Amino acid sequence: MTDALTVKMRARKLNFCYGDNHVLHDVDFDIYSHTVTALIGPSGCGKTTFLRTLNRMNDQVVGAKLDGEVSIDGEDIYRPSVDVTALRRRIGMVFQKSNPFQKSIYENVAFGLRIAGVKDRRILDETVEDSLRLSALWDEVKDQLDKPALMLSGGQQQRLCIARALAVRPEVLLMDEPASALDPISTAKIEELIEDLKLRYTIVIVTHNMQQAARISQFTGFFYMGDLIEFGQTAKIFTTPTQKRTEDYVTGRFG
Amino acid sequence: MANMQAHGPVALVQRRRWRRLFSPLPLITGFLTLCVVLMLVVILWNIVAGGVGRLTWEFLTTAPSQGMTAGGIFPAIFGTVFLVILMTIAVIPLGVATAVYLRYYARPDAWFSRAVQIAVKNLAGVPSIVIGLFGLGFFVQFVGVGIDKSFFGGEVTMGQPAILWASLTLALLTLPVVIISTEEAMRAIPTDYLEASYALGATRWQTIRRVVLPSSMTGILTGGILAVSRGAGEVAPIMFTGAAYFLPYLPTKLNDQFMELGYHVYVLSTQSPDVDATLPLLYSTVLVLLLLTFALNALAVVVRARLRVRQAV
Amino acid sequence: MPVITPHVSRTRPSYGLRPADRRRDRIMKYVITGSGFAAILAIILIFVFIGKEALPVLTSPEVHQEVTLSKMVTPLEGRAGKPKAYIWQPVSQVPKYSLPPLVLGSLKATLVALLFATPFAIGAAIYSSEFAPRRARELIKPVIEMLAGIPSVVLGFFALIVLAGWLKDLFDWKYRLNATTAGIALGVAAIPIIYTVAEEALRAVPRQYREAAQALGATPWQVARSVVLPSAAPGIFAAIALGFGRAIGETMIVLMASGNAATWSWSLGDSVRTMSATVAAEMAEVVHGSAHYNVLFFIGALLFVVTFLINFLGELYIGRLRRRLTGSAA
Repeated sequence: MTDALTVKMRARKLNFCYGDNHVLHDVDFDIYSHTVTALIGPSGCGKTTFLRTLNRMNDQVVGAKLDGEVSIDGEDIYRPSVDVTALRRRIGMVFQKSNPFQKSIYENVAFGLRIAGVKDRRILDETVEDSLRLSALWDEVKDQLDKPALMLSGGQQQRLCIARALAVRPEVLLMDEPASALDPISTAKIEELIEDLKLRYTIVIVTHNMQQAARISQFTGFFYMGDLIEFGQTAKIFTTPTQKRTEDYVTGRFG
Repeated sequence: MANMQAHGPVALVQRRRWRRLFSPLPLITGFLTLCVVLMLVVILWNIVAGGVGRLTWEFLTTAPSQGMTAGGIFPAIFGTVFLVILMTIAVIPLGVATAVYLRYYARPDAWFSRAVQIAVKNLAGVPSIVIGLFGLGFFVQFVGVGIDKSFFGGEVTMGQPAILWASLTLALLTLPVVIISTEEAMRAIPTDYLEASYALGATRWQTIRRVVLPSSMTGILTGGILAVSRGAGEVAPIMFTGAAYFLPYLPTKLNDQFMELGYHVYVLSTQSPDVDATLPLLYSTVLVLLLLTFALNALAVVVRARLRVRQAV
Repeated sequence: MPVITPHVSRTRPSYGLRPADRRRDRIMKYVITGSGFAAILAIILIFVFIGKEALPVLTSPEVHQEVTLSKMVTPLEGRAGKPKAYIWQPVSQVPKYSLPPLVLGSLKATLVALLFATPFAIGAAIYSSEFAPRRARELIKPVIEMLAGIPSVVLGFFALIVLAGWLKDLFDWKYRLNATTAGIALGVAAIPIIYTVAEEALRAVPRQYREAAQALGATPWQVARSVVLPSAAPGIFAAIALGFGRAIGETMIVLMASGNAATWSWSLGDSVRTMSATVAAEMAEVVHGSAHYNVLFFIGALLFVVTFLINFLGELYIGRLRRRLTGSAA
């Protein structure tokens, strides 16, 4: 499996500060195409912050400073000439708490397309259906596309947010604890989804659920207090980790 | 059990209950509260009783006649509506834009945005007569005269009391209402929504136009309705900027003067040659003004309630 | 596990940012920042303009022919034989501009307003926050809102047509329209703001304080007296201050119900002329640019400054209060 892998995104010597708070120290990270990479670690270790540097969502935070390089397909995304809005259409994000807009199901999924200027109804219809199928929601909502998105259940809303993110055809999908607010059945559905999605996308997922990371990811990065302690193939991280702290965490000695 | 005498701790409780029933503060404050309710009732009752007699369809649709002792007040209603429409056109875009600026464009620490915040707060506290003064001195006598000099060769067209100036003056007065109401609605939007929009590659303006504004629409409406209600009731700002007591015509051009409900009440109350004869008309005018104001306020409450329900979803 | 068969073509359209959108984003940024400018411009303009038209009273030699600052505050020569007095008579052969009667008039009316409004408003606030059952509280709020919604011209009408007659019979005064008639109507207008701020101040008292007292067996009366009122006292004073600001700036009520006589008397049963009513009454007929004109603006500036200061201090305090309320509600 490893010989066919290419690096999709890469971070080198990444340092990040919120004001005086130095949150990420010298992180070197590789994300491979068409894989699921899990970021694990105890609360506050910086894994979510790291995730957000990948699509420059931290730009909006007052006092945020980044040092180092983050690149996609070899291009540095923090160069001043980079168009952030275009970047975010290549790298999509799904949030921990599902946040569909106060619009209809259809309009939620179509949102990204509309702001990109797509007006052709045919393309919109096609892409909306396609995205909803990809996120395994189509059958459940195909007759109710005009209904408000907020009337869906928690699990359905999260799948809607995934569909919404997929509609703009990103290359990478970042997921911040996507199932943490959901019941076990919805969680299982989402994990199934992620398995299928990796065939076409590259996925990076933050999770505090180690079993989940072990189930669905091929690569795992363990963060602790802003440092990337260990990175490698999931199987290895969970069975024979090289760092003691990694071993302590995955065996549940702290967390 | 039945023979247990009520003494000791139990007796203490009983005695306390007596004292609680007659303790002074709740009684006094309850009475004072009742008085406040009574004040409202008395005022409303008096106005309704005095004014409802004349309140006919004819009253609302004809002009006054016979020295304000007969006829109706249609011109005043027309003038008030026209005035308020102009005011709304000016105040809502400016108010919403300022609220959007304060929340989504201004850096919270920058001196400029702090200054705007303070300006808005203080604008809300300026007495309406001072705003009327400003309206007269600035809009009518400075801008208006300036326009006359530049575009009309000195002929007096805009440099006089006019419905345009009156409505702009009112817009200044009600600007804080719209800003604050819009801000309140925007504050209710969770940051998640904004993040989701940005994560999909939207620009700031796209996010505002497609996510923020639609969600804030109820708040903007509430602010607009409250501004209209306030604008319809204020007299001091329009006294010298365009309101008139009796005009044989309806205002049609921007530099026309106009009759107005509140102003009419004021003049009729204080400068009527025969108070007893004009009193019925006056009472009915007051009733119309009051009903208008209350209806608008009630509408704003309903709209605001709908806002709460929606946000709770 | 179902096989996912996408329907759309496999080519990936790339959605970059169109130049039109980028342009629009920049344009809207300027438009919106510009309106922020407009708001601050408006208030600066008001301040500057009124100051500009008021300034000649202090600086211009032509105006000083007619009136100076000292002439405005010291007693003036009246008709021959009469003692020096404060006279406000701008329209006469020798115009006289004494400020004290106007200031006193404003103060008298406002004093009556506060004396009238404060017990009712604060009492209602205390009742509403401490003792009232839920149903009563839900009635009080709309009552206060309705009271606040009554246009001041309507209150002025009521004072003039109805209240004046009642009070004259009650107190047997010489004048129907005087400081007290206007003051009571002003009080009605001030009740909503005093109530609202005082009630907020009372609610801001942390629940822990109340519960501690209740747990020790205190009755609502004792809780109110020993814990709530002392804690809320500063906020209550702020409420009264804001009521003062509202009353002193009010125009229509005093214009209609105060009698509009600029006299120098301490009696509350005499007619008065407030600063706001003076401006309103005389502004229409004054000659643009004359000394009278400048003096009216001077009075307007005074009003502006006074209400500005009071509201500023009041708001400052309320801001602190609100932060405490949301902090303790967490």
